[in-house]
Amino acid sequence: METSIWRALFYLVGIMAFAALNAAYLVWCERKGAARIQRRSGPTEVGYEGLLQPLADGLKLMSKQLLVPRGVDGVIFRLAPVLAMIPGITSMVVIPFSGNIQARAMELSLLLIFALASLGMIAILLGGWASGNKYAIISSARAVSQNLAYEIPMLITAITVVMISGSMNLREIALDQQGGFWQWNIFRLENGHFLTMWVSFIIFFICSVAETNRAPFDMAEAESELVAGYMTEYGSMGYGLFMMGEYINIVVGACLTATLFLGGWDCPFGLTSGVWWFILKIYILIFTVIWIRWTYPRTQIYRLLNLSWKILIPFSMANLLLTAALIKVF
Amino acid sequence: MDLTETTRTALAALFSGEAASTTPVAGDDAPEAAAEPAPFGISEPDPVRTGTWLEVRCRPDQVVEAARILDDQGFFLESIAGVDWPDSGQMEVLYDYNRLGGTTCRVLVRARVTRDEPVLPTISHVFPAADWHERETFDFYGVRFEGHANLIRILLPEDADFHPLRKDYQP
Amino acid sequence: MNVPVHLRPDETFVLNLGPQHPATHGVLRVKLTMDGEYIVHAEPVLGYIHRMHEKLAEAGTFAQFMPNTARMDYLHALAFNHGWALVVEKAAGIEVPERAEYIRVITVELNRIASHLLWWAAFLLDLGGFTPLLYAFDDREQIIDLLERVTGSRLTYCYMRFGGVCNDIDDEFVAGTRAFIQRLRGRLPRIYHDLVTHNIILIKRIKDIGFVSAEQCRRYGATGPVARGSGISYDVRKNEPYSVYPEFDFDIPVFPEGDSMARYMVRMHEIEQSLRIIEQALDKLPGGPVLGKVPKMLKPEAGYSYSAVETARGSLGHRLVCDGGKNPYKLKLRSPTFSNLSLYGEVAEGMLLADALAFMGSLDLVIPEIDR
Repeated sequence: METSIWRALFYLVGIMAFAALNAAYLVWCERKGAARIQRRSGPTEVGYEGLLQPLADGLKLMSKQLLVPRGVDGVIFRLAPVLAMIPGITSMVVIPFSGNIQARAMELSLLLIFALASLGMIAILLGGWASGNKYAIISSARAVSQNLAYEIPMLITAITVVMISGSMNLREIALDQQGGFWQWNIFRLENGHFLTMWVSFIIFFICSVAETNRAPFDMAEAESELVAGYMTEYGSMGYGLFMMGEYINIVVGACLTATLFLGGWDCPFGLTSGVWWFILKIYILIFTVIWIRWTYPRTQIYRLLNLSWKILIPFSMANLLLTAALIKVF
Repeated sequence: MDLTETTRTALAALFSGEAASTTPVAGDDAPEAAAEPAPFGISEPDPVRTGTWLEVRCRPDQVVEAARILDDQGFFLESIAGVDWPDSGQMEVLYDYNRLGGTTCRVLVRARVTRDEPVLPTISHVFPAADWHERETFDFYGVRFEGHANLIRILLPEDADFHPLRKDYQP
Repeated sequence: MNVPVHLRPDETFVLNLGPQHPATHGVLRVKLTMDGEYIVHAEPVLGYIHRMHEKLAEAGTFAQFMPNTARMDYLHALAFNHGWALVVEKAAGIEVPERAEYIRVITVELNRIASHLLWWAAFLLDLGGFTPLLYAFDDREQIIDLLERVTGSRLTYCYMRFGGVCNDIDDEFVAGTRAFIQRLRGRLPRIYHDLVTHNIILIKRIKDIGFVSAEQCRRYGATGPVARGSGISYDVRKNEPYSVYPEFDFDIPVFPEGDSMARYMVRMHEIEQSLRIIEQALDKLPGGPVLGKVPKMLKPEAGYSYSAVETARGSLGHRLVCDGGKNPYKLKLRSPTFSNLSLYGEVAEGMLLADALAFMGSLDLVIPEIDR
């Protein structure tokens, strides 16, 4: 693996560009998707079909006053939104977009991504606490308990994949699934893994929706109850950074799901693979996440936590044991 | 006996064996009163025209007893309204009771108090609905309800020092 | 879920569900004393949109108060029009022609459906489902277009007059209403019930939440869907019939469970019953004038009158005291939501914040009606 400065620079710019473009244009996708589901058209004024709307929104956010209310903890208040962006962008370093496009293929890339996800949770906690607003504190408390609860089944199901592929390196996991959709982890026919892998996929997908605080798990920013939750006191780019962080997390979650279960950059019919298949897969997953948000109402906090602790964790542990048994037997 | 009859009989307990219960409130006999104060007792007006099946005029201190009788009969408190009669120097408080389901029987219980010291006992321990209705009557007319746990203004600002629905209110 | 909560002054904090809040449907302030996420004490604070309509009634003539009636509960303004017209017609002894009564019923029931649709949309918005708002507003737009043809207004109607209504309906209105009935009947099972009412997240969110017993309803004077959701069969249209409601064949949906789900189902069934009433009224619509003979300056004889009508939120009462003059001497508006909200303090104790907000949504509050 080269360590040339040009390569590092290329990937630095590339990843930042990918993350920023996604954050901006996922907002457009969300607004259009929401609109169509709600039988209206969404942004159409600015640019063709509203494609320049994110630009207009970005300019608006940047030109607003960066209000820091009196009585907040100055350093932490300013730090929290920045901290919210860091895990998302840094996780993209290890994601294999295709066989040749990957910033860094690390041996423990999966572990890196999960470790950084916890950092995102801390950003929410700090943002809510530093605001000094009762609504924000309630929302942070909810967000932390939710993220904690849903990280566990996510890790357990990721371990099942690691056990099958024998490596934590995302590139190796993806390479292991090359050759058509019957090789993908979700349908793994060999050794009878197809019995357990689809359960892993569903649990992992639910957890990734919950980890990124998307409806129906958006307790933290329950708009109708807590005004804007932990983001209440943030204006302008503080709010902008939190929202960008959320969208980048969605992208990372989709990339991870695609890599772990759907074969990464592999073509489903065994023909030429490439980065475009990867892009297609993650956008189908992101569209599903958007679709779910605009269809379902919100759950209650105790039902949310019950779902994780009493249903997802036992199922994922049973899944883990079954996978281990299958590996041992075959 | 139909509902109106049963209720009337129950309410008659308010006026039983009290020859002197009909001491008028000061001002009852003032001439030129815009609306004649009704005599003490129970009457049955035309429900089609007035919307009421029974009308009861009682003394201010009998209001709680009337509420209790009607509570036992299964009525609910529909509204409490105040009326200002400045010509006779009186204020009247109207209690409307009705039935929730079954045959309708609206009962109007009225009590008159003097305008300078309008005081009535509260019925909020019999009907919790009276809590807010009495606060509103106090807010608009200045009628004090003795025994009310929290007699503060409900709709006007807390620091207002006027009672707008009085006829002599000047903004 | 309600849990008994012990008040520990050093461990509770006061959260202000302030006048500006997405969930309080208007300017209502609720002072919540909270223990974590549990409510220890809830105290609604009213008066943020108090406009003293009762004094305005005394200041003008009877006819001058008609526009005010629509400004109180703007979602079911025609019922408020109707209540005021009814009490003055009782006091003055005015006859209303039959066609006018039928038109009154048709428009009031259309308005009731519109009000319930908006309640449904706002309730789901409180619970986090953003999309049903747009679906309900689609149907509501049809109703508003129909009513605009006839009354001239979209929301705050001043359509009824003493002795009838001010404008007759035409064939296009009748055809449009029939088409609307067919359309809504087709949409109710698919879009409203399959997608939303049977949604497991919604059911878990409102079933067994906010239990109100029938005795509590009686003690607090709650009427309308709140009482009917607790098993009390009380509807002014059936128990104290007015206008031409006795001519129609319709049911009163009553659900005994007393939770938010029961109140939800009562309102959804009421939409269907209103459609039945409108259909029958259109079939039986007689000809004739739409406004009776009324003196130019109304001076009802002195006396006390009361009229009750059934609005979307409960029994609306007008207590009128006349003194023979051309202005009302005293008007007391008995607002249904005022009584419905008074039981909030007792029921919300021990609830979780999210559940308390779902319960508030199921009460169907319109704050200008409470504050008058």
